[in-house]
Amino acid sequence: MQTTGNAVTKEMFEHVGKNISQMEAIARPSITYWQDAWRRLKQNKVAMLGLIIIILYTIMAIVGPYMTPYDYRTTNTAEIDQPPSAKHWFGTDTLGRDLWARTWMGARVSLAIGFLAAFLNAVIGVIIGGISGYFGGKVDMFIMRTIDILYSIPYMIIVILMMVVLGQGIMPLVIAMVVVGWLNMARLVRGQVLQLKEQEFVLAAKVLGASHSRIIFKHLIPNALGVILVNLTMSVPSAIFTEAFLSFIGLGVVPPHSSWGQLAYYGIQAFRVRPYQLFIPAFFISTTMLSLNLLGDGLRDALDPRLRS
Amino acid sequence: MGRYILNRLFVSLITAWVLVTLVFFLIRLLPGDPFLSEKVTPEIKANMMKYYGLDKPIHIQYATFLGNLLKGDFGYSLRYKNRTVNEVINQAFPYSADLGIRAVIFAAIAGVTLGIIAALNRNRSWDYLSMFIAIVGVSVPSFVIGPLLQYVFATKLKLLPVSQWKGFAYTIMPTFALSLHSLALMARLMRASMLDVVNQDYIKTAKAKGLSPFQIIWKHQIRNAILPVVTVLGPVTATLLTGTFVVEQIFAIPGLGKFYILGIQNLDYSLVLGMTTFYGLFLIAANFVVDIIYGLVDPRIRLAR
Repeated sequence: MQTTGNAVTKEMFEHVGKNISQMEAIARPSITYWQDAWRRLKQNKVAMLGLIIIILYTIMAIVGPYMTPYDYRTTNTAEIDQPPSAKHWFGTDTLGRDLWARTWMGARVSLAIGFLAAFLNAVIGVIIGGISGYFGGKVDMFIMRTIDILYSIPYMIIVILMMVVLGQGIMPLVIAMVVVGWLNMARLVRGQVLQLKEQEFVLAAKVLGASHSRIIFKHLIPNALGVILVNLTMSVPSAIFTEAFLSFIGLGVVPPHSSWGQLAYYGIQAFRVRPYQLFIPAFFISTTMLSLNLLGDGLRDALDPRLRS
Repeated sequence: MGRYILNRLFVSLITAWVLVTLVFFLIRLLPGDPFLSEKVTPEIKANMMKYYGLDKPIHIQYATFLGNLLKGDFGYSLRYKNRTVNEVINQAFPYSADLGIRAVIFAAIAGVTLGIIAALNRNRSWDYLSMFIAIVGVSVPSFVIGPLLQYVFATKLKLLPVSQWKGFAYTIMPTFALSLHSLALMARLMRASMLDVVNQDYIKTAKAKGLSPFQIIWKHQIRNAILPVVTVLGPVTATLLTGTFVVEQIFAIPGLGKFYILGIQNLDYSLVLGMTTFYGLFLIAANFVVDIIYGLVDPRIRLAR
């Protein structure tokens, strides 16, 4: 082997002294759990599409009704059952109300009910599940048996019963969904808390004299937040579905208010003649639920890589 | 096994009691007093008095209510004299049950098959296709699928009858519309369960013994993977039976759902509450049966409790 000409000699090396400050310097900005999750989520194109659609619908729910000169409540007997046209973009209904305005006013109601019910369920579930898991013993036993029994009664049956009693409307809908909607979240959070409370950082907090509520809300819940968020995202579509289902069987939102479920309910009366009256709200219900489900799947993968299958 | 059944029976009875007690107190929360308003005819008032004992103190009312339910009597209509909830159930429930059973069977078979196909072709196009069907199925409600099917297959292509319930051809679209959601749910669950089982030691053992891939999949993987799917049969039955409200409405099937929606529209509180109680008790019973089946097929479950 010839080494002449390009031989490695001692002169080619230079002594670099230790530079403590440079050694310890952080080369790249450190990434928190949430930044990391966001980065993973951004790579998931399907989930991002879901997120974009949800944001788009939310924006449209806010500005959509103002994009047309027609009011969502004003009936017009001269223009009933118009198909979609340049004048009425989504057509009109049997009372001559503009369906573009009604669809986006309905989006407000459907999305608001979906997010509000899911959020309230999550809050109640987190509090009850957190208490149950943290204190254990008799408290846990009592809460879990109660949840078991309430869980055995079909969800829809309780919601329908509550709606019959509370009467129709937006707030009764949310209340009816929240009465038993928190059970799932409570079970989930309890399981998480049971795992987390044995870990050292909780012991450290106890030794430092932290109160029970501080340990639960400052240490245990933030660590379970990923799982909570995924479950929350997944429960929004089911709340939207419940609203649509109830409005569809005549127990939900009543006119002149509108919601997607209610529009579908009226759309079905004559959909063989005027399919657009059903298919427009149906399209928005389906794509919203699909987007939220896809986003939920993506969030689960992003927040908890262990669960990826 | 005996202890397990007794335990489950006890829980189911408590659940049933909680449900009927809830119904009893919710009736008292109804706005105004719908049972005794002026619009109600004297005959119906007499029926209400007889069924609820509205003139008696509340604990006797409660006892009467429980006694009636134990006798299998679900009450009277508030709108039509001579119509009892039991008559409505006898007349209409067979249709709903027929549709419901078809949907459960179809959802279970198709869902499990789809899940197996997806798991065996993991990360290949069959997997993506199956899971796409599954996520669409979870996201699209039956009241969207139903009319869509009607529009395409009945109105446009004229392949199937639009509505009603008069023979096999009439059952195809309602069954499909009703079961799609549950089918999708079971497919996702079966896929996850199959992928979970494939890493177990007994699969390695079976491979080491030199069993054929078919035998491994059929005898070891599917048999074990199907167990968690059995547990969702209870909730799935509940979803399907309440789903019949909508599907029966769309396809004009003379089942319970039609009367239920009619009752809601007529503000026929006692009919709606009676039918809801019936549904609730029926589903609790269905859950009990599913629990027993699960205990039978998986010994670990009955030993764990």
